[in-house]
Amino acid sequence: MYKLRWEYITNNKELFIDGLLLGLKMAILGLIIGTVLGLLLAFARQYGPRPLRWVVTAYVELIRNIPLLLIVSLLYFGLPQVFPRRSTGQEWVLKILPDAETTFIVALAIYAAAYLAEIFSAGIVSVGKRYLEAGRSLGLSRTQTAVSITLPIMLRTVLPSLGNTFIGLFKDTSIAVAIAAPELTWAARKISTDYFRYIEAWATAGVIYLLTCYAIAIGLRLIERRIKWTVA
Amino acid sequence: MNEVWDNRHLIWLGLKLTLQLSAVAIVASSLIGLFVGVGLFYGNRVVRSLLRLYVDVIRGLPILVVLFLIYYILPAVNIDILGVHIPTNVGRFQAAAIGLTLFGAAQVGEVVRGALASVPKGQSDAGKALGLTFWQRLFSITLPQSMPVIIPPWTNTAAELVKGTSLASLLSMSELLFATRKIVERTGDVLPFYIAAAAIYFVICFTISRLGALVAQRYRFGVAR
Repeated sequence: MYKLRWEYITNNKELFIDGLLLGLKMAILGLIIGTVLGLLLAFARQYGPRPLRWVVTAYVELIRNIPLLLIVSLLYFGLPQVFPRRSTGQEWVLKILPDAETTFIVALAIYAAAYLAEIFSAGIVSVGKRYLEAGRSLGLSRTQTAVSITLPIMLRTVLPSLGNTFIGLFKDTSIAVAIAAPELTWAARKISTDYFRYIEAWATAGVIYLLTCYAIAIGLRLIERRIKWTVA
Repeated sequence: MNEVWDNRHLIWLGLKLTLQLSAVAIVASSLIGLFVGVGLFYGNRVVRSLLRLYVDVIRGLPILVVLFLIYYILPAVNIDILGVHIPTNVGRFQAAAIGLTLFGAAQVGEVVRGALASVPKGQSDAGKALGLTFWQRLFSITLPQSMPVIIPPWTNTAAELVKGTSLASLLSMSELLFATRKIVERTGDVLPFYIAAAAIYFVICFTISRLGALVAQRYRFGVAR
């Protein structure tokens, strides 16, 4: 009978703690970069010229329909090999994507941007026409209206979706184990392969993911309630 | 693109596993998810809280971790139901299929629950007045009417499951992504093979979501609201 020995977990708790922190860090950075990219994409899709809209739509549809792991593998294993060995192209790639962590953050941002662009687009559409008309009557230009009226109102509407996306991204950081970024899943795999404590390691990782996701969800709900943003 | 064509057999071997795994996961998730949803909406307190626990736990875990949990922990568990031993020494395919189904069924369950709640109560009451049983009302009145609400997120889940099969490559299952990586490692040709793999995933997932949109539209015309 298999005997559970949790001391392998408690003795290596730094691995799990560091892993959790790295996961959160990658999710936060991915969310921030993804939000900036997603905003640009969404505004380009709503206000840009037609060819630009097509490009954005194509990007969103493409990314949403391929697995994140494929993007990660392509960036990490594929991209440096595209260029000849020691060429300027390769050095350039290795400079931008020097390690697993950075590569995963970039992949996550590329991935998140597509989903966020969709969310932001819906947010832009939902901004009431009268706000835009009010802006126009104040003599604001199209860009000014977009930046100082549509953007702030839209951000309030999409805040809950943004929170959900963050939780989703945090869960997606588990995929970084594929390129050996030392996050939570990697920690669990290390403990399980180093000491053969499979059950303890994976159960621990599972519980940490679960608790963190719910902590984030509760935190977000508190923030949402605190900021009583009412936009009629 | 010539290299890709030359390696089509290897890609096909991977794609075949991806398709099989997706099919199993989608069908099982839909069937089990349907009952999870019905249980979440109509079940008594015990059923509801158990299913709620299941759905909430799965939704707080990454799919990848669910796969690893199943793959490593299930074989260590001894399941005897009424003296009948249930084999738990799952292989990669079974582990991936079970893990993806657990995830998919939770998603579909939540979707079905929401959709059932969206059907006006008068519809079910009318069925009751006609003397229909619970299951008759469910399958001929409530569910058909909730289809327009169910299908779009359901197809989303299906596409999500197809994408999720790529995670099975981390259990060293030679599905499409794993096959692609093996070919790339051997040939050194990166872009053509990754583009081919991305194109295949895209075609599958995009088709599923387009089909879903079409079917949902048909249903919308079929049901008078």
